[in-house]
Amino acid sequence: MIGLAQVYLLAGLVFAAFATLSLGDASNPKRLANAGFWGLLALSMLAGDRLGDFGNGLLVLALVAIAGFGGLGRGHGGTSAEERAAAAQRNGNRLFLLALVIPAVALAGTLLFKHLPALVDGKQATLVSLALGVLIALALGMAVLRTTPVVAMQEGRRLVDAVGWAGILPQMLASLGAVFALAGVGNVVGGLMAGVIPQGSLLAAVIAYGLGMALFTMAMGNAFAAFPVIAAAIGLPVLIHQYHGDPAIVAAIGMLAGFCGTLMTPMAANFNIVPAALLELSDRNAVVKAQVPTALPLLAVNILLIYWLAFP
Amino acid sequence: MNLWVLSGLVVMVGGFVLRLNPLVVVLSAALASGLAAGLQLVEIVSAFGKAFNDTRYVSVVWIVLPVIGLLERGGLQERAKMLISGLKGATLGRLLTGYLLLRQSTAALGLTSIAGHAQTVRPLVAPMAEAAAEAQGELAETDREQVKAMAAATDNIGLFFGEDIFIAIGSILLMKGFMEQQGIMLAPFDLSVWAIPTAIFALIIHGFRLWRLDRRLGRRTAR
Repeated sequence: MIGLAQVYLLAGLVFAAFATLSLGDASNPKRLANAGFWGLLALSMLAGDRLGDFGNGLLVLALVAIAGFGGLGRGHGGTSAEERAAAAQRNGNRLFLLALVIPAVALAGTLLFKHLPALVDGKQATLVSLALGVLIALALGMAVLRTTPVVAMQEGRRLVDAVGWAGILPQMLASLGAVFALAGVGNVVGGLMAGVIPQGSLLAAVIAYGLGMALFTMAMGNAFAAFPVIAAAIGLPVLIHQYHGDPAIVAAIGMLAGFCGTLMTPMAANFNIVPAALLELSDRNAVVKAQVPTALPLLAVNILLIYWLAFP
Repeated sequence: MNLWVLSGLVVMVGGFVLRLNPLVVVLSAALASGLAAGLQLVEIVSAFGKAFNDTRYVSVVWIVLPVIGLLERGGLQERAKMLISGLKGATLGRLLTGYLLLRQSTAALGLTSIAGHAQTVRPLVAPMAEAAAEAQGELAETDREQVKAMAAATDNIGLFFGEDIFIAIGSILLMKGFMEQQGIMLAPFDLSVWAIPTAIFALIIHGFRLWRLDRRLGRRTAR
């Protein structure tokens, strides 16, 4: 059965290729650091299950040491704007078809793999589809554009240089959430929140719930981490039990209030910091700043929707 | 209640304000909260290592980079710009509002992974947005950055306020599971249907901002 193991194998090989090409990248003054960083990530993908928990912990320490002290470098290379413009003329709209391969395979895989439990692990259908889409797109892309795997990997290395350390920030934050859970951070925050809810005003309680969901999401970078804490501190005891709010509405729109928080925090790195790196923006927080004017009014709307809809 | 375990949150905020390397800040925050909770150093490192290994799927997305790089080498971004420049009436606002609608409606059908920052925003949406804005007038570097950031923001907003309408998405299952533990039985459909009002407001609010951005770009041309 095809599942996570095969996806991680592919990812390990891709990161190993990035590491190898970084090592030979004379245009990058810190090529050893880049090679070490992506090499360790390749090791994690290929052999993480055999390293043990402490071994993986040491691997993380090494990754952070490379990125945090000395930092990663960035190589040059790639093609010039003139070369790309000429290539665009030559290749025409076939490029769009190639660009649609990954989304199309993701779409087909998501729909199809659920019915093929013997072939693909249903829970991992999304990741397996992504990996399959990448392989198909690479094969077609190399055939149509008449290039070699080395060129493709070199282009991938160029892009991963642009992303840099931000590439593992989402995974690091997800891991931090696990350590926070172990330390009981959520329980303490929930206890504090429960103590500050104003008594006797439904609107104030709804505002505390919506704001609490957004603020704690901003601190954790993830509405999934905030929901159980804030729902247990305010949503359930006050809004649902005391004021008899509709649990489905309190939960569903409360989660969306949390999503407004996700739009406003650099802690949600995969949505907010990674795209800034990927688009090579000079301001690391440019995406967050673009989102705040949508997120704040939408948060107010969510709070009012809970107030109006959940308490008939 | 041991308030010291919150030290990790203080480290996160402080590290961000001081603009330290976020990877170092995240690890320090884990150490601070872990030590405050009475965990041994080795325990914290092991817990972090285990969680890192369990969440490797988060970083798998980077396998798309060789494909994106290859297509960029073939001129994909330039082609995307040509396509938009050749369309009459293709403004930045109309383009991104269309993408917002597309992203919301596909996410509402559970198709969350057919688009994304690496797959669609960098190679297609951002260059198209740039080309549309350029057609509306000369683009200063700060405007260019804002246009690209808006393309990424539009992807996020479309995803977040579309996906919860789908009944089998992670957050719906999380809410159902949480409520079940508290003795409240909810069907996924009961939850997902209440994501629709917010989805409509997200479209209106963000669409309005895009329309205003269009007006601003348009005024600049007229000047």
